[in-house]
Amino acid sequence: MLPSATLYAIAGVALFGLGFYALVAYPHLLRKIMGMNIMGTGVFMSFVAIAYRGPEQTADPVPHALVITGIVVAVCATGLALALATQISTRTGITQLTPDEEK
Amino acid sequence: MAKPDRGDDVTLNRGRGLVLGLTVALVGGLSAALLTLPANTPRLAETALSRTPESEVLNPVTAVLLNFRGYDTLLEVAVLLLAIIAIWSMARQARVWIKLPDTPVLATFVRLVLPLMVIVGGYLLWLGADLPGGAFQGGAVLGGLGVLWVAAAVWLPPAWFRRLLRPALVIGLLAFLLVAVAVMFPGGLLLAYPPEQAKNLILLVESAAVISIGVTLTLLFIGGIPTRGDA
Repeated sequence: MLPSATLYAIAGVALFGLGFYALVAYPHLLRKIMGMNIMGTGVFMSFVAIAYRGPEQTADPVPHALVITGIVVAVCATGLALALATQISTRTGITQLTPDEEK
Repeated sequence: MAKPDRGDDVTLNRGRGLVLGLTVALVGGLSAALLTLPANTPRLAETALSRTPESEVLNPVTAVLLNFRGYDTLLEVAVLLLAIIAIWSMARQARVWIKLPDTPVLATFVRLVLPLMVIVGGYLLWLGADLPGGAFQGGAVLGGLGVLWVAAAVWLPPAWFRRLLRPALVIGLLAFLLVAVAVMFPGGLLLAYPPEQAKNLILLVESAAVISIGVTLTLLFIGGIPTRGDA
């Protein structure tokens, strides 16, 4: 039986993987931004979870403090990316990356 | 090749298998690394926990965030401001005070819940000294309040209120910087709070930061400089 902190950490890794796939596999900018956001969420979840190392130890407050600042920075990065994507879309009408070679 | 349910979102067919394989390998590798983590490794926790009383706060996360690693948090508050500056320099014409369907339910709900959220945000800020909570949690509640307010448009702010937005955006960084520099003068170092003043200084910085964080999150949602009359 896995400790629940490890389960949460692995769930975070799974989120990271989902986000990574969306970021790379889909050409639409909005999907890429959401993928990046989900990757970040996965990192935070894993980082918070691995601060708990065994029931005999108290949680490490350092990763927790870093994640608190990280979440707010991630919101800012997402907001900035969305503003950039909005500008790209209003100025050029493009909402997704085009493949280098069309078949 | 467009899939029918994805509209114009053409997925890249070539290399999708490769990406999937990479993702699976990445997740598998990271999970294996997590499962084989040694239980007892040297960590900063013991240092942080044993010195938390020097901060006069009981919550070790707050002590790390606002005192021991205050430098990170200071720069992070600056990042918030930078993000807003970047967004405002791209979108000078603000488009948003969204008007949702004008139902009495929404308006009443928002009028009821807004003052409550102010109290909850302030309470979380105060709680942060001793229990989980703090400026970022309180600021997130205030940001939610702002988004709800903007979305429901129960009250379009007058010009004088909007002139307060810029001071509200910078007050967190300004207060943090002032405190950081002020503690240097009795002969200390940048951000090295004297222990007997640590709790007051932390709460002072957090009280200013909670306003900036709340306003920043709301303005990130708006995505441009808010103006009146285009709602």
